Amino acid sequence: MAHAHAQAHAHAHAHGHKKRYTGVMDWITTVDHKKIGILYLFAGLLFFAIGGLEALFIRLQLAYPMNDVVSAQRFNELITMHGTTMLFLAALPILYGFFNFIIPLQIGARDVAFPFLNSLGFWTFFFGGVLLNIGFFTGDTLPDSGWTAYAPLATEYSAGRGMDMYSIGLQLSGIGTLLGGLNFVVTIVNMRAPGMTMMRMPLFCWTAFITSILIVFAFSALAVGLLMISFDRLFGGNFFNTAAGGNEILWQHIFWIFGHPEVYILVLPAFGILSEVIPTFSRKRLFGYTSMVFATSIIGFLGFMVWAHHMFTVGMGAVANTMFAVATMLIAVPTGIKIFNWIFTMWKGQIRFTAANLFAIGFIPSFTIGGVTGVMLAMAASDYVFHDTYFVVAHFHYVIVGGTVHGIFAALFYWFPKMFGRTLNETLGKITFWLLLIGFNLTFFIQHWLGVVGMPRRVYTYLDGQPGWNEMNLVSTIGALLMGVSVVILVINIVITLMKPKNATNDPWEDGRTMEWAIPSPPPEYNFKQTPLVRGLDAWWVEKRAGNKEMTPAEPVGPIHMPNGSILPFIMSIGLFIAGIGFMYDTLLMIVGGLGILVICMILRSLIDDPGYHIEPEEIEGKGVKA
Amino acid sequence: MVKRWMKRLVPLMAMMVLLLTGCNFELAGALAPKGPVAEQQLDLILWSLIVMIFVLLVVFVLFFTAVFRFRRRRGQDNEIPEQIEGNHKLEITWTIIPIFLLFIMAVPTVALTFNLEEEAQAVEGQRVIKVVGKQFWWEFTYPEEGIVTAQEVYIPVGEKVVFELSSADVIHSFWVPQLSGKKDANPGSKNINYLYLQADEPGVYKGKCTELCGQSHALMDFKLIALEKDEYDAWVADMLEAPVVTAETQVGADLFEQKCLVCHAIDPGMGSVGPNLNGFADRLYIGGFIDNTTENLVNWIKNPVEMKPGVTMPPFENELTTDEINEIVKYLQSLQ
Repeated sequence: MAHAHAQAHAHAHAHGHKKRYTGVMDWITTVDHKKIGILYLFAGLLFFAIGGLEALFIRLQLAYPMNDVVSAQRFNELITMHGTTMLFLAALPILYGFFNFIIPLQIGARDVAFPFLNSLGFWTFFFGGVLLNIGFFTGDTLPDSGWTAYAPLATEYSAGRGMDMYSIGLQLSGIGTLLGGLNFVVTIVNMRAPGMTMMRMPLFCWTAFITSILIVFAFSALAVGLLMISFDRLFGGNFFNTAAGGNEILWQHIFWIFGHPEVYILVLPAFGILSEVIPTFSRKRLFGYTSMVFATSIIGFLGFMVWAHHMFTVGMGAVANTMFAVATMLIAVPTGIKIFNWIFTMWKGQIRFTAANLFAIGFIPSFTIGGVTGVMLAMAASDYVFHDTYFVVAHFHYVIVGGTVHGIFAALFYWFPKMFGRTLNETLGKITFWLLLIGFNLTFFIQHWLGVVGMPRRVYTYLDGQPGWNEMNLVSTIGALLMGVSVVILVINIVITLMKPKNATNDPWEDGRTMEWAIPSPPPEYNFKQTPLVRGLDAWWVEKRAGNKEMTPAEPVGPIHMPNGSILPFIMSIGLFIAGIGFMYDTLLMIVGGLGILVICMILRSLIDDPGYHIEPEEIEGKGVKA
Repeated sequence: MVKRWMKRLVPLMAMMVLLLTGCNFELAGALAPKGPVAEQQLDLILWSLIVMIFVLLVVFVLFFTAVFRFRRRRGQDNEIPEQIEGNHKLEITWTIIPIFLLFIMAVPTVALTFNLEEEAQAVEGQRVIKVVGKQFWWEFTYPEEGIVTAQEVYIPVGEKVVFELSSADVIHSFWVPQLSGKKDANPGSKNINYLYLQADEPGVYKGKCTELCGQSHALMDFKLIALEKDEYDAWVADMLEAPVVTAETQVGADLFEQKCLVCHAIDPGMGSVGPNLNGFADRLYIGGFIDNTTENLVNWIKNPVEMKPGVTMPPFENELTTDEINEIVKYLQSLQ
């Protein structure tokens, strides 16, 4: 750090110039981790709304037997887009928003390791997402083979351009996600403030760290798989074509080697969020911090060992099935450790039921239900019954809505004052929570039963006269509408709160434990006036208990080196987007043009020296910002 | 405080009661097994359910106790609770007990998984029925008897039957909820699967495709019809008889030969692009799920896509007159 500081000082007078943009240009060119975090958050929320609408149409179609709200083809498009959008374009980006905004603050850094890469990651994700949804604008068929895109349905048997949008759109957004994952790994390893040892890191950073490692490995597998799908579809490849000597099961393995870690990629950050929110609002340190760290790591490791439990009915044989079954059941152990640790964090604490904490606490029972059905599904011989029925739908929605979405909403309420300087309305937040809880249980609990009495998943309709199916499906639809209402209330809450003046203090929850609560809300662009010295787990809590009003600095006040904004990531992503469309519609000009734009931008980035700029101490003091 | 909570819960509970009484929770599907395979699987599910309900109870009791007992109360604002780092004994307890619980579930899982697999692989000397999934119907071949049929598969009661599963196009999955779990029907010759089941009672069992296979995945139904041994033998004999064309059905038979035979075989034991229609008059359903009535059959021939989206059979409403279609229907209904 001292070295970096000295270097920064040497540059101070040579490169004092800063390119300042305002308005839209500011957002397009920003490399500030906080602004990119906000971009991720809002892009994610936008896709979350789209995915939610798709879910409502699915449920409306299934409200009555032989209903015709949408056609069979449209229904398959809806389920595919709902799953793909929610997992790749909503849940993960929203979590990335929190990663981006919070991790540097929690580890006492001024930015992520690679700010330019961070911006590039966001824009490739975003344009990938647009490409995936482009069928809405072109009127072409949308992706229609399920988010799992099983070959040969997705390759030889899907007409139209839908599955090309899937493979190329996901490829692009996957590149963005990969870049982000790499960035977080390096940031967490290299950018921690003095004294912030790994075992003093807030658990949110730990889960982000493990998640990012999972992303680097899992998304690489996905990238390869998607490339193979693209080859099969666009260039007559035969990877998954049995008639030409390929093997359709290969895709399933590749997909689930990505797909199962993806589940942990989505839920581990939520574990991290809970491990921040629950201690804060219980006024107690996290129970069993060390075991939480190890449980997280073990889950991350085992997450790669269990992919084939999605394939018990494929016909892998008893040996493979039982091995994957037992490995999967083992994951229940570290997950159980976490559940008990949270409960015992609350034990003998002073629990405050803020909206953020309601979501965090509500996570525990919902996720536990999702967990136990997960163990039931892991038992291969039982899974022959559950597989591809509504029981599975119920299970993974308990994990993803009960887990990830609850975690995301908890984080939103918890960190909103830090991100935007205003606290979300608590009453509306509590209404959102209760509506979500009731709606979610109405929607999904009954689906366990529907599954075992014989309703397969991904069916666009069902016949009348099957015992209880009509009633249960109707209840499920009513629950989905309630969830829709709860999200609308959340959106209203966000809008009205953003229109209010900024009034949040540094530590609006008063019991903040980690370092983000030691600096203003929202933080200045350089985060910390002086890099803080970390003197224990829950660094800010330690300082507060020692009677300090701010973090102990690890360096004197000096000029702060900042990176310049750049439009290049945005243009590079547009280049990739154009090339993607070119590949889809077989237009050589667009392929060459798009990739050309990308290469030119890369050359420009390599040749133009951009050493950034400095914020002088006078400027910092002049703003009257306490850091 | 307690009263406020009660007030909050009352409407919720009222709603739940209403729902429970409103619904018809009849045991069906995998919960009403009619054969040894499904019974063993249900037993395993129930065993895991018991263990899991125990886990849920423990977690829920601890959870609600914590949430209710340790709410922040008035006057606690300046108190700081003890910052507990952890507790080794507790942490070891909740590591060991779950491992034990998993163990007692894993053992029967491994046993049953191996058992089912071995039984299904023991094809020698067993009655094997070949199943080929096609968008969006099922073809059943009885190699020994020399019968090819579609949508409705007949088996004798009380006898183990092995199904050899494959697909002609995309991946399908074969599931008869009351008799057994499911297994995928994969395209190509590399990934052929075997599934065994046995029906203990005669009856018509619903079968489903459970792997997304295209537009009419939802309607890719079939029926498994279990008959007593003598009735089953009678059915086999019936299926092997060549269809008889009478003067009354001659017109329809000629039309069928011109227009339909390209895709639909009617000779016993012959496969074809579309379903073999031998014995069509005895079929319960058209396309696997539509009641086999004259009116439905006429409508089906006119425009099958209307009734089952994505089927490969073309509409005949412009190619054949209504009279011609009626003749074909008459002929089909004579195919005993």
